Amino acid sequence: MKKPIYLDYSATTPVDPRVAEKMCKYLTLDGEFGNPASRSHSFGWHAEEAVEEARAHVAALIGADRKEIVWTSGATESDNLAIKGVANFYGKKGRHIVTCKTEHKAVLDTCRQLEREGFEVTYLDPEPNGLLDLEKLKAAIRPDTILVSVMHVNNEIGVIQDIAAIGKIARERGALFHCDAAQSTGKVPIDVNAMNVDLMSLSAHKTYGPKGIGALYVRRKPRVRLEAQMHGGGHERGMRSGTLAPHQCVGMGEAFRYAKQEMAAEIERIRGLRDRMLSALKDMPEVYVNGDLDRRVAHNLNMSFNFVEGESLIMALKDIAVSSGSACTSASLEPSYVLRALGRNDELAHSSIRFTLGRFTTQEEVDYAAMLVKEKVAKLRELSPLWEMHQEGVDISKVQWAAH
Amino acid sequence: MAYSDKVLDHYENPRNVGVLDKSDPNVGTGMVGAPACGDVMKLQIKVNEQGVIEDAKFKTYGCGSAIASSSLLTEWVKGKTIEQAGKIKNTQIAEELALPPVKIHCSVLAEDAIKAAIADYRTKATGKGSKADAA
Repeated sequence: MKKPIYLDYSATTPVDPRVAEKMCKYLTLDGEFGNPASRSHSFGWHAEEAVEEARAHVAALIGADRKEIVWTSGATESDNLAIKGVANFYGKKGRHIVTCKTEHKAVLDTCRQLEREGFEVTYLDPEPNGLLDLEKLKAAIRPDTILVSVMHVNNEIGVIQDIAAIGKIARERGALFHCDAAQSTGKVPIDVNAMNVDLMSLSAHKTYGPKGIGALYVRRKPRVRLEAQMHGGGHERGMRSGTLAPHQCVGMGEAFRYAKQEMAAEIERIRGLRDRMLSALKDMPEVYVNGDLDRRVAHNLNMSFNFVEGESLIMALKDIAVSSGSACTSASLEPSYVLRALGRNDELAHSSIRFTLGRFTTQEEVDYAAMLVKEKVAKLRELSPLWEMHQEGVDISKVQWAAH
Repeated sequence: MAYSDKVLDHYENPRNVGVLDKSDPNVGTGMVGAPACGDVMKLQIKVNEQGVIEDAKFKTYGCGSAIASSSLLTEWVKGKTIEQAGKIKNTQIAEELALPPVKIHCSVLAEDAIKAAIADYRTKATGKGSKADAA
């Protein structure tokens, strides 16, 4: 078993070796290195063929037509293009946007920017399980609402929003629906038509493709319009200029092709490992799963280990690569905004660890990780004055702390 | 984020973890920080009749730097008089552990903890306390 063990697949995934192999054929002189926009020779034509084939694979995974796929640099750019593009194009029709407090920063910060430009944004609170209350969504949509933006799968807690229902509500109210699906491709079946999605952000590197490329699905029927955010040679039907990177496009296409082929079996295998890990950890005292356990992707386990601070736990778990909802390393000392939005108290938010499993995770790795977590949590609790107080029956929430 | 070797050493082998008897009149207890901020330090000192700290114990909830700061502090205060211990500055701790700027607050918390423990001891010893030293 190689250490450290990688259990941070929601941060990024390694490129699948089959994908990497194919990508290498689109770089060098003896491969297809042409500019797909070159119309005058076979170098350009061959590169364009490769890019278009890849585009079709991306479209196929989400039930779209390939003409509805716009290549971008990643999901952050896709979120920016979707939200700013819609706001800029439809700004005369209305200036209100509805989103959720647990969205990725690429959505939240883009909305903040639009607020500075005079748009109004409603940030909905999720329920304590991380999911949106659809009645609250309905109540938030107004006649001047032009866009609803809700992510498919949350990056921290892995909960799956009811995208089909949200899309239906948005459509009934005459608002466009943007969905950030960076975390859901290859993890949950997607059908943009059944789910009434108008715009969908996609990322390659969360699904065993390369970093540096993503895509935005833009519905054609009924047609969704966008104002370009990147101007230039008019690539991607004018929505996103810039020479395409065929090796990157091919990488994303191959990664998504394998995802479509292998998803069903892969999800079940990973779910088995995740559940094995959960059952090893859940009997410890004072541990809590963050977010709904049933409506959650198979590879995510986000847990709070009460009375242990997340950063010190990560330090203790140096043989496994995980991430923490505690942001003590940043100057702000703010714990995870996602966990805070669920109503988790500060101690639990500071005590959270996200384990995300993936294609190359083995049972041996999961067993070792669970054993390590149990050992280190016990050790850190011996060091924790809060654990001692809890053992003595003190209610930590009733103590008057001198905040600093 | 990379930690210094000294932080790692104190974190992996914390010195003087434990508890002293709170009800002992010679024991002073200081608890500082807040769970909401991500760190709570509890420092206890046992002071003999000469005013010398003969034992010190700590427990800390917090990041590696907070644990290291309190562990180091217990080593430093042992054998010092309470006056000497009360003069330990956070900058000395930060320097010894090579704390990066975002972790300076951990050393501040350690300084607050020893001051709080001394103030508690004095309150118990005199029955009145000398709040001026606790500032």
